[in-house]
Amino acid sequence: MKRKSWLVLMALVMAFGTLLAACGSGSSNTGTSGESGDGATAAQDLHINMSAEPPTFDPAQAKDSQTNTALRLMYEGLTRTGTDGNPVPGVAEKWDVSEDGLKYTFHLRDNAQWSNGEPVTAEDFAYAWERVLSPKTTPASEYAYQLYYIKNGQEFNEGKVKDFADVGVKVVDEKTLEVTLANPTSYWLGLTSFYTYYPVNKKNVEANAQWASKADTMITNGAFNLTTWTTGQELAWTKNAKYWDAASVKLNTVTASLVNSGATEFSSYQSGQLDYAGAPTGEIPTDQIPAAKQQYPDQFQAKGIASTYYYLFNLKEKPFNNLKIRQAFSMSINRQAIVDNVTLGGQIPAYGYVPPGIKGNTEEFRTEYKDSYFKEDAAKAKELLAEGMKEEGYTTLPEITLIYNSSEAHQKVALAIADMWKNNLGVSVKTQNQEWSVFLDNRQSGNYQIARAGWTADYNDPMTFLDMWMKGNGNNDAKYDNAEYDALLKDAQASQDNAKRMEDMSKAEKILVQDDMAMMPIYYYTSVSLVKPNLKGIVVDFSGAIDFTRAYFQ
Amino acid sequence: MVRYIASKFLYMLLSLFILASATFFLMKAIPGNPFMSEKNVQPQIKERLMEQYGLNKPIAEQYLQYLGNLVKGDLGISMKYQNQEVSQRIADTFSPSLQIGIFAIVISIVVGIVLGLIAALYHRKLIDNVAMIIAVLGIAVPSFVLATLIQYIFALKLGWFDVMGFNEPSDFVLPVIALAVQPIAFIARLTRSSMLEVLNADYIKTAKAKGLNGFTIMTRHVVRNGILPVVTYVGPMTANIVTGSVVIEQIFGIGGIGRVFVDSITNRDYTMIMGVTIFYGVLLMLARFVTDILYVLVDPRIKLSGRKGS
Amino acid sequence: MSASGNNNNKNATTDVVGEPIALQQESISLWQDAWIRLKGNKVAMFSLGTLIVIILASIVGPMISAFNYYSNDLMNTNKAPSSVHWFGTDNLGRDMWVRTWMGARISLIVGLAAAAIDLIIGIIYGGIMGYFGGRVDTIMNKFSEILYSIPYLLVVILLLVVFEPGLGTIIVALTVTGWITMSWIVRGEIMQLKSRDFVLAARSMGASAGRQLFKHLLPNALGPIIVTVTLSVPSAIFSEAFLSFLGLGVQAPVASLGSMINDALTGWNLYPWRMWFPAALICLTMLAFNLLGDGLRDALDPKLRK
Repeated sequence: MKRKSWLVLMALVMAFGTLLAACGSGSSNTGTSGESGDGATAAQDLHINMSAEPPTFDPAQAKDSQTNTALRLMYEGLTRTGTDGNPVPGVAEKWDVSEDGLKYTFHLRDNAQWSNGEPVTAEDFAYAWERVLSPKTTPASEYAYQLYYIKNGQEFNEGKVKDFADVGVKVVDEKTLEVTLANPTSYWLGLTSFYTYYPVNKKNVEANAQWASKADTMITNGAFNLTTWTTGQELAWTKNAKYWDAASVKLNTVTASLVNSGATEFSSYQSGQLDYAGAPTGEIPTDQIPAAKQQYPDQFQAKGIASTYYYLFNLKEKPFNNLKIRQAFSMSINRQAIVDNVTLGGQIPAYGYVPPGIKGNTEEFRTEYKDSYFKEDAAKAKELLAEGMKEEGYTTLPEITLIYNSSEAHQKVALAIADMWKNNLGVSVKTQNQEWSVFLDNRQSGNYQIARAGWTADYNDPMTFLDMWMKGNGNNDAKYDNAEYDALLKDAQASQDNAKRMEDMSKAEKILVQDDMAMMPIYYYTSVSLVKPNLKGIVVDFSGAIDFTRAYFQ
Repeated sequence: MVRYIASKFLYMLLSLFILASATFFLMKAIPGNPFMSEKNVQPQIKERLMEQYGLNKPIAEQYLQYLGNLVKGDLGISMKYQNQEVSQRIADTFSPSLQIGIFAIVISIVVGIVLGLIAALYHRKLIDNVAMIIAVLGIAVPSFVLATLIQYIFALKLGWFDVMGFNEPSDFVLPVIALAVQPIAFIARLTRSSMLEVLNADYIKTAKAKGLNGFTIMTRHVVRNGILPVVTYVGPMTANIVTGSVVIEQIFGIGGIGRVFVDSITNRDYTMIMGVTIFYGVLLMLARFVTDILYVLVDPRIKLSGRKGS
Repeated sequence: MSASGNNNNKNATTDVVGEPIALQQESISLWQDAWIRLKGNKVAMFSLGTLIVIILASIVGPMISAFNYYSNDLMNTNKAPSSVHWFGTDNLGRDMWVRTWMGARISLIVGLAAAAIDLIIGIIYGGIMGYFGGRVDTIMNKFSEILYSIPYLLVVILLLVVFEPGLGTIIVALTVTGWITMSWIVRGEIMQLKSRDFVLAARSMGASAGRQLFKHLLPNALGPIIVTVTLSVPSAIFSEAFLSFLGLGVQAPVASLGSMINDALTGWNLYPWRMWFPAALICLTMLAFNLLGDGLRDALDPKLRK
């Protein structure tokens, strides 16, 4: 029996060996293909990673940063964001603004055309905007409010105005578009480079409702055409020869892998599979940031973006209905230690709400109005806590719960802050991570004591940060309610005098942060990324949105 | 046999119906909706969206409507990915998971059984201990650690493979290994223990006493009887593996169905959750069905369940 | 939550042991017999010793250190092992020695509790399916299949929403579907065994279903059952790690070995001690469980008992 069983074993082992050999032969192919990949890099082929597949390629439906990156490659609005952050001519060659700042007349360039060779017309823009605003559009556009600056835009979207002819968008002729705003808005021109304002090809959209769900039925007007779309795996764009400025576009292809792992993204960058890694489309793991900085000093970038990381207090419930307790919590943490040792990405400690990078009157708002609204002071904080507890009738503060959505980065910050509160105030804080939707549901319905939050600019003005704290605003999750604050902002919204607007808004911010401590600012975000040294021409705007259309390899 | 298969099929339909219903209500019971992001959607827009997707109707009505569409074979349109058929997305993302999964299954069955057999035949000898230590290490190392380590060593340091992607045949190697190690270990141990039991059984001793040759004993008696627990395990394992591993897919950058499923839950993409659940359910039930048939083939003493009853 | 988990546990145990009262005398000798043979197995005894050491260390380890598992030291993050921090520190400057043993404590509790619950439910459920067969089997089998198919993550998220997130909830979440594999293994074994001569003989002599099941069928199926149990401890520990991977595991700053490894993974090549200590401990635990399981299997094998 022993002998025979040997035979059986041998047969099985051999079968196994063959399998292994098969795997082995598979592996020998890689070396060469890896090299050819490197060779292709020099040939103006860009490889990036997106941590999620863009949920849509229809500008009217876009709402996230992945879609933003993808659509910037594929579409062009009336203007583009230039390298200095100011709008430069896009499809519109030039424009006139009326004296009162209400009427914009855009002159579209003659050679602007769709990827199928048809000219881009004023009608395409008007149609695209009508689609965004129309209550009949299915599914409804979540970013329709971006077009509320246009006269009757909001009324049309809400169904109060029935006829789009009453909305301030007028097609003068094929190449002339006239836009009337509801109020003069200094930053509106910059918004015409935003995705919600992109044109769509009217004929194509009307003919095929599913046009945006397949690569070969999309007709676009930007620098690149989407040519490959492998669900959940890969997106690839090829240079659009029909693009009016194709001469300035040097990349031949852009390929995006869809990997949702910072560690893998970083490794792929190291192995040369990616030419760009990190924000806004992906991430560099926090643990790797110090090493990345050291290993690739010429490739590591940490650029400040207009985005603020903060904690919300539940203002409606004890104990955070008490100002002194809120102040105590906010003053007893060490923000510098957090950005230096926990987040590691060169973030800036925040003592205000409006981040750097947002325009003020002549300079940046944050330069004109310093965020010195409060100072960290553990001893003072302890006194304030004692006073606050006395006011609320506490002898000991019950355990506080801090909620955040599951993420390694949020967890680290939450643990560090909870530990500081424990040490400096002697209060015990339970940190609780929650699944994304559960977290949002709790935060929106006020079911929290302290909750993580973050806010990124929609447009380049302090208003994009401040109007959300007005009573009744849909994003006012803290249910902050201060009549004086609301009055200042209403004043700023109605005013055409930029200096006065900024003055009003800075006063409002002072009330929000200094007087009321309605929330606890922690830091201003940075966008951390790695860029291959020979990759140039990438434009990252104030909000951190990225434009690869003019990128090239040297 | 035909009657047996027909009754199995009916049971499968009933099971699917119960599974779909249970998942539907479970999914609606957890907080959230498909239209959530850091920036809140304006109330009137959210209302409009809920109406357009039929989410503002009473749950019972939504349920009946969903079942109606399901009977027609319509899994609907994703609520997160605009205008994309749920069935199409499942088909697209199942393909890579299936390809990698099949490789991993074949390798783990072959290697696992061989290791287990060797260990059983050389019970308490050095070779047994070595095989079992390999098997135990396979179980002891979490798949995300193993995947990270082999990615680091073979892709990043040695440069033999791509770090991520799913384009070339070589892209299969690392994910397949990472997927197969645990089942190999599991199968090896199950095989060993059940082989040992069989080897000690009276009828094997009788067969030996009767002077039957070793090969016949091995193939006709030992393997055949000892393989049952392995068959039991392999059924659900197959379904588990081909339904994709989020961890492996995430680490090796493979656009598989495992990640799609987790994402659909995070996104509260209701139609997608239902679609994938039903798809998984069918796969699992098929796997169990095949397992039952295999049982009968391997061991004729087992009577087909579902027929005996009354 | 954990209290109700314990109750289940207790009730189920009495069901298993309590029913075949007549067996008690024999079972004692059975276990004594097994213990004698286990003592003779050096590998198994060494594994048992290792497990006891790990359990003791997970209790004593944190006590003999000057640090606790939650306090940060942001000036000393990611420090390599030294005479101050024996296992180094993590990315918040927390002491890895204390955290590793605390993590081991949590992982052991999760693994053992989940495996015990899986075992009890699995044996009862699988035994009934396998023994009775026919319609009972079909219906119960279908039920377990459906339960197995329900998206696990939905169940976990719902449990975490309904109950306070914590250890008890995690254990419940792990056992909601964890017992099913066990029940299928038991069912397969019982189906195979029940037509054997010795069972048929017992039946013809009028043995009750319970007696047949617990006296004749289960003891003969112990081998695969014990292997499955020893494997379901690691599988529970890893399932918890997977939940941590998705952010649904134990709540920080409490850590399990799995969540610590997961946290360490993105920077493991820079700060290897953050991964190797918990990983080595988890491997050692698994190794010990498995080798002990093997020893138990041999010791309990009815065929070797004669």
